[in-house]
Formats: sequence, C-alpha cells, structure tokens
Amino acid sequence: MENLHFLTRFDYTLIIVALGAALLGTVSGALGTYAVLRRQSLLGDAISHAALPGIVIAFMLTGSKTPLILVLGAAIAGWLGTLIILSIVRLTRIKYDSAFSLVLSTFFGFGLVLLTQIQRNGDANQAGLDDFIFGQAATMLKRDVLTIGILGGFALVIMLILWKELKLLVFDEGFAASIGFPTRVLDILLTSLFVIAIVIGLQAVGAVLMSAMLVAPAVAARQWTDKISLMVLLAACFGALAGVSGTFISSIAVGIPTGPTIILCATVIVGFSIAFAPNRGLLWNSIRQHRNRRSLKIATAKLIGAAATKNQIKNDTRPS
Amino acid sequence: MIQDHLDIILIAIVTASACALPGVFLVLRRMTLMSDAISHAILPGIVLAFFLTHNISSPLLILAAAATGVLTVVFVELLQKTKLVKEDAAIGLVFPALFSIGVILISRFASNVHLDTDAVLLGELAYARFNRLEIFGYDIGPISFSVMGGMLLLNLAFILIFYKELKLATFDASLAATLGFAPTLIHYGLMTLVSMTTVGAFDAVGSILVVALIAGPPATAYLMTDSLARMLILSVIIGCVNAVSGYLLAYPFGVSIAGTIATVTFLVFGLIFLIVPNRGLIAIARRHIRQKWEFAQTMLVIHLFNHEGLPEAHEESEIAHLHEHLQWEPTFATRVVKQALNNRYVSQEATQLMLTDRGRSIAQRALVQ
Repeated sequence: MENLHFLTRFDYTLIIVALGAALLGTVSGALGTYAVLRRQSLLGDAISHAALPGIVIAFMLTGSKTPLILVLGAAIAGWLGTLIILSIVRLTRIKYDSAFSLVLSTFFGFGLVLLTQIQRNGDANQAGLDDFIFGQAATMLKRDVLTIGILGGFALVIMLILWKELKLLVFDEGFAASIGFPTRVLDILLTSLFVIAIVIGLQAVGAVLMSAMLVAPAVAARQWTDKISLMVLLAACFGALAGVSGTFISSIAVGIPTGPTIILCATVIVGFSIAFAPNRGLLWNSIRQHRNRRSLKIATAKLIGAAATKNQIKNDTRPS
Repeated sequence: MIQDHLDIILIAIVTASACALPGVFLVLRRMTLMSDAISHAILPGIVLAFFLTHNISSPLLILAAAATGVLTVVFVELLQKTKLVKEDAAIGLVFPALFSIGVILISRFASNVHLDTDAVLLGELAYARFNRLEIFGYDIGPISFSVMGGMLLLNLAFILIFYKELKLATFDASLAATLGFAPTLIHYGLMTLVSMTTVGAFDAVGSILVVALIAGPPATAYLMTDSLARMLILSVIIGCVNAVSGYLLAYPFGVSIAGTIATVTFLVFGLIFLIVPNRGLIAIARRHIRQKWEFAQTMLVIHLFNHEGLPEAHEESEIAHLHEHLQWEPTFATRVVKQALNNRYVSQEATQLMLTDRGRSIAQRALVQ
C-alpha cells in the first residue's frame, strides 16, 4: 500500500521526464570525460549553438517535428560548425577561441534568421522549435525518451568498442599516431560522439545549458579518481543523479524550469567534489598542508634540539 | 519612416563599434571565450537589479551586470587556481551555473513582467528604438543609442589613454609586469568594459549575438593586417559594414536583424578569408601551385647540370626522354620544359635541351642550398 502511495505522488509524466534526464546525464557524463580530458570542454557549447540552423532547416525541409529528424539536422549543423572551427584554426593564424566564438554566434544567428522567417510565415506547426534554445524538459514525451535512449546507447556502445583507441588518443595522441592508429579518423569520430551527446539533450535542456552537461559530471568525477574507466563510470552516475534530482526538485514548485535546475544540481555535485574529494579535494589538501607544516615544525624543532645538544656536548668535551 | 531606419542604423553602428574595440584585445589575448561566458553569466545580475529597480532601462542594471561579469572572471580564475580544474572546464562550469540561476529567478518570480529570457538572450534591434530617452519632455533619441554611444566613448577613451599599456600587456604580459605596468589591472579594466558593453548591447542584439560583434570583426581584421592600430580601425569599419548591411538585408524579409548581422559577419569573414592577399585561401592555393612549377623547373635544371659535359649528356638531355629520367608524366614534363624555355633557364638545340648561364646558376644555387 505504501509503495502505491509513493507511486501516485510521482505521476507518469514526471517519471518519463526523470527517465529521459537520467539517460541524458549518463550519456553526456560518460562522453564528457573525453571532452574534459582533451581540454575541449567548450566544444559542447559550440556544437549546441551551431545546431540551431540545422534544426530549423530540418523542419523546413520535412515539415515534421519528429525528434529523430530534428536531431539529425542538429547533428549535421553541429558537426559542420565544429569542422569549420578546426579548419579556421588549421589554415589561419586565428586562434581556437576566436574561431570558436565566431562560429558559435554566427551559426546561432543564422538559425535565428531562419526561425523568425518561418514564424513570420505563420506556420502553426513550428511552435515548440524554440524549445531548442532554452529547453523544455517538461514537454518530454515517451518518443523523445526513446530517441535519447537509442542514440545515446549507440554512442556509448561505440565508445566501449573503441575503448582502447580513445584512451590512447586522449592521453598520448603522438604515440597513437606513431604506432599506426588513424588519429585523424578517431578525432573526427570522437567529435561525432560529442555531437550525438549534445543534440539529444537540446530539446530538454536547451542550447545554452547543454554544454554544461558535458563538462560538469566529468569535472566532478575527475576529482575522485585517476583512472579513466572509473572516471567514465562516475561521470555517468553523476550525470544521471543530476538529471533525476533536477527533475524532482523542479517539480516541487510551479515555475522552476527543469533544465536550469538539472544544471544547478550538476554544479552542486562539482562543488561538493572539489571541496571534499579524497586526495585531490580542497579540504583534504588543506588538512594535508596543515599536517605537513606541523611535521615540518616538529622536524625542525628536533633538528635544532639535536644541534643544540651536539654543540653542548662539543663545548663540554672541549679541553679548557 | 526615414527617421525609423536612421535610428536603427545609428544604434547598429554605435553598438558594432563599441563591441569591436575591446574585441580586438580579446582576440589578440585569446580570451573571446570569456566574452561568451560573460554574456551569459550577467543574466542573474540583470534580474536582481531589475527586482530592485523595477525598471528595465535603469542604469543600475548595467552596473549590476558589469559587476556580475567581473565576478564571472574572478570565479573562473579562482577555480583555475585550485589547480583541480583546467581553464576551459572552469569557463564551462561557471557561466551555465550563473545563467541557470538567472533563468530560474526569471521564471519563478518575474514571469509576468516585461523581462523574459528571449528578450535578454535574443534581443531585437527593431524594438530597441521604442525605448526613448526623454529629458525635460524632449525626445532625444532611443535609450540604446545613448547607452551604446556612451560605451563607445568609454571604450575609445580607455584604449586611447592606456594604448601603450594595453599593447604591452597583450603582446608581452611578463615584460609589462617587470616594467611595472600592472597587467592584472589592465586585464580587469578590460573585463569590466567587456561586461558593460555586453549588457549595454543585449537590449539591441541579445547576449549571444553580441559575441558575433565582439569576436567577428576583429577576427576578420586579424587576417588583414599586422598592426594593432590598423586592426582597431579595420575592426570598427568591418563591424559597421556588417551591422548596416545586416539591417538592410533583414528589413525587407522581416527576419531577425541581429541574426542577419551575425550571418553577414560570418559571410564577410569567409569572403576576406578567401581573397585576402598573402594569408587568404586563394593566395595560399596559388602559392602552392607556383611553388610546384618552380620546384619542377629547378629539378629540370639540376638534372641537366648533373649530366652536363659528361658522356651520357646527349642521352639525358633528349627532350622526348626527359620524363623518363625525371619520372614525370609526359604532359607535365612538356609543360615544365615550355616554362623553363620561357624563363630562359634552358635553350633548345635540335631535340636537346641546353642549360643557359642563368639556368646553370640556378642549379648551382639550388645544389649549394
């Protein structure tokens, strides 16, 4: 009886949304590990913004809002944006950050142009497309969760199959190339996995915040371990935790949007990890420093004491 | 009607110029990501100031936003200093968190007032002129124009006064520090200006597209010149051209003006990237092709030089057999021979190629190198 009572409090929609958010957190947490370790944390930001024109064009071409089609459009545009960033960096003296900002903002701007164009034409069916900017987790349906699950699962399977190769790519790209791994192909493949992780979350969390789902769980996991396998696992768990807790907290009161709440939960996990993780964490560090300082003090005191006694003995034994 | 267009174009021009000036230094200092972060993170500052003043166009909003912007920079640097988080991840953590707080504040407490996330994030130039500044009952133009005009003057003054310091801190921060120029102070000064410019511009273009105005024109100008002064001037010009042409393109179709300006920014960057002399794609491709033919001609004269005066020279300098000796495609060999003849590196005697003095000296020089 009590179990049933518990269930009725969380209605069906909420469970669907929580399930979607958990899946999303798992996928982006696991893949985010690679982004954080390769110092490409902000790539997610570029992909999520650059995806907007792809979403709108996909809608304009097909007239449907099937999640799979929109996600495909988003993926193509996000992928194209990343490719342009990498080519600008390779071919000009413009640095990564400028190329990145340029592509991110201008792609997004182009998406806005297209969006205002179809809004002006009064296509009633377009309503909800701007969910992709701010995210609207509450409107998540069963088919959306299914899309997240299938695409995310696919990305995770690829990650597991190429586990050894990706690990080598992350830690020693030069070595990987020298023993004959196609690093260029692997690089593009990994970027494509990031694209999948980002675009499946756009509708729920929104373009502006989705990048944080790639960064936060991985940064939190990094504090607890030095092993990549454990880090991937932990990041996936943290991502899922942030997704579920964010969904439930936002359901407590009216007017708390789900996406931002999920991000804040992830941020709290990061803050907790940075503060309290063993070995690396701030608390641990300050305790260790304190201890070191004290043992240093004791050692110095002992040394001074020993030296003093030594001198004493010397003085005593010196023939007068 | 003309007045309406003029208003919007003027706002676009001052906004573009005000953004391009500090943008130059961000591009050179590799810190444009910070402007992206600031433009999102100032949202909670704006919201809190709005709760205090209940006035969307209060100057307090700009101050609060600027403070939040600087706070973002401080947070990112603090996180980095713990050495637990790298710079890119620190940026990626701080601004989404602050932005989330802003979004939650808006939707929880301010859902029924004129302050929604769309307005802050996306902006709309066409509406910016409806908020007008009136002093003693006289209409002296849109508020955006005054705000961004003020920001333009402030940025210009900062750059003119601290030009030497900025230049040194940008190109050699450690030298600036040794000489006592306080690069940290310059850094925070710049960040404060970026924050203020960003929030001043959100009314007109929104906070994501402000990044296009800050990073786009300086990145384009960076392709064109090596001088800081020229880069500043070029950035302002490019920014204004982008803004005005973006508006003129957007108006007839009724689409987002800010979005069109961003799109034009990308197209102009792409165009300059293609055609700019020396560093452009076309220039690079042409240089590659020229080098290929030059290299082939050098190979030819070296080949002739190596066999000159030796018994096999007769065989080796036969035009019809050259491609076999040099392992070239026959058509390629014919073109190279033609070019070498035109350049008078070689001369033709019956079916044989003979080195000229010029060709001989080229071969000698190439071999010495």
